[in-house]
Amino acid sequence: MQVGKASVKFEEPPIIESMASVVGKKEGEGPLGKLFDVVEQDDMFGADTWEKAESALQKQTADLAIEKGDIRKKDIRYLFAGDLLGQLIATSFGTVDLEIPLFGLFGACSTMGEALNLGAMTVAAGYADKVLAMASSHFATAEKQFRFPLGYGNQRPLSATWTVTGCGCVVLSKHRNDGIAAITGITTGRMVDMGIKDSMNMGAAMAPAAFHTIEQNFEDFHVDESYYDKIITGDLGEVGRSILLDFMKNKGHNLESVHTDCGLEIYNSQTQDTHAGGSGCGCSASTLCSYILPKVKDGTWKRVLFVPTGSLLSTISFNEGESIPGIAHAVVIEHIG
Amino acid sequence: MEVNKKAYEAYVKEMTPVHKKWPNLVKAFLVGGIICTIGQISTNLIMNLGVEKETASAWTTLILIAASVILTGLNLYSKIVKFGGAGGLVPITGFANSVVAPAVEFKAEGQVFGIGCKIFTIAGPVILYGILSSWILGVIAYVLKAFGIL
Repeated sequence: MQVGKASVKFEEPPIIESMASVVGKKEGEGPLGKLFDVVEQDDMFGADTWEKAESALQKQTADLAIEKGDIRKKDIRYLFAGDLLGQLIATSFGTVDLEIPLFGLFGACSTMGEALNLGAMTVAAGYADKVLAMASSHFATAEKQFRFPLGYGNQRPLSATWTVTGCGCVVLSKHRNDGIAAITGITTGRMVDMGIKDSMNMGAAMAPAAFHTIEQNFEDFHVDESYYDKIITGDLGEVGRSILLDFMKNKGHNLESVHTDCGLEIYNSQTQDTHAGGSGCGCSASTLCSYILPKVKDGTWKRVLFVPTGSLLSTISFNEGESIPGIAHAVVIEHIG
Repeated sequence: MEVNKKAYEAYVKEMTPVHKKWPNLVKAFLVGGIICTIGQISTNLIMNLGVEKETASAWTTLILIAASVILTGLNLYSKIVKFGGAGGLVPITGFANSVVAPAVEFKAEGQVFGIGCKIFTIAGPVILYGILSSWILGVIAYVLKAFGIL
């Protein structure tokens, strides 16, 4: 059912039937290290280029999600997946062997939110019984594409984030009364551009988008922050979180205790030298599938608002002096039972 | 919205943490100083072998570049710059690092389109505008000489 301006409420909520998370070594050494399904010690994932490594990462995660759910591959009707690379090469090469009809998505670091939005709508509408939603990022491929070669010496600003090497994948199924969690609603974000031009401060570029989407969600569902046990953004980091909380406070919402950010959960910024936090599609996707969903499953959190955030820049738009527009997609995830 | 954006920019600037200036300056001084001292030691040692100063300097330049190339390959030079900032970037070792790092990174894309096209992605502007500015200075010197000022 359409609610408000940008949301959907599912009368028969699709469920998350299975999930998998695979990450790199650094993520494995972080606070969530023990929660991931696989911590791969070799950041090349057995491949000979970084791009192939990210594809291998996607393949491994998708296979694992399917295997863990004891699901037959041919029962999965669609795959909604994406990554950060130009022309989505990590996804397109990584999912060839899956032989599942693919919708390749680019929402920068918000891709997992976009995949869950579309996947849940597709399942709820009856166009598929099962779909996969997946997103990945790799530190080395992202650095190479958006920043500098790995061996190049420079000092990262304190507002910079560290791209997560990781992938998260869920299997969404049509409504039933068991499963890991249910997706009861979505709020799809729109582009928000506040004119930030510093690509090393993406938290500041994305925070207004997160604010807008969360506000829209409150408005569309006629709720406020007390409706959720947790509101979890994707990769705002320290700077973005502060901005979001400030913006929310101005609107009379206190998110101090209810809000957390995947980018802040995945690394220990003190010991791991990650500066403002983690980022990348894999940040929110792998945190969802290792930390958030298990807590929803066991009832620690009954209802969370998962809001992956993305900053939609390219090296071309950046070099041409354009600002960095942000986007954020919200997913209402609820405990079953 | 325009006013809003300006206000937001100012607000973000105010709340974004930046590196502490003085510790960074001291570290840059130390690292840059150490690199230059190594250079001087190398020049002196080579001169002690009976080589002329100019030739000894050229050898030192080559030695520093080679050291930087090796350290880049071992993924150590980026760590030096992370600590020392401009102290590691400004000497010739930093320049060598900025050429070798893309070469290593883009090797996977082939000898021509990878290494060939992308080796100067970072150093290219320095080379281009370095040559351009020396050409301009040359013209100025030529004109000044023609008028007997220099």
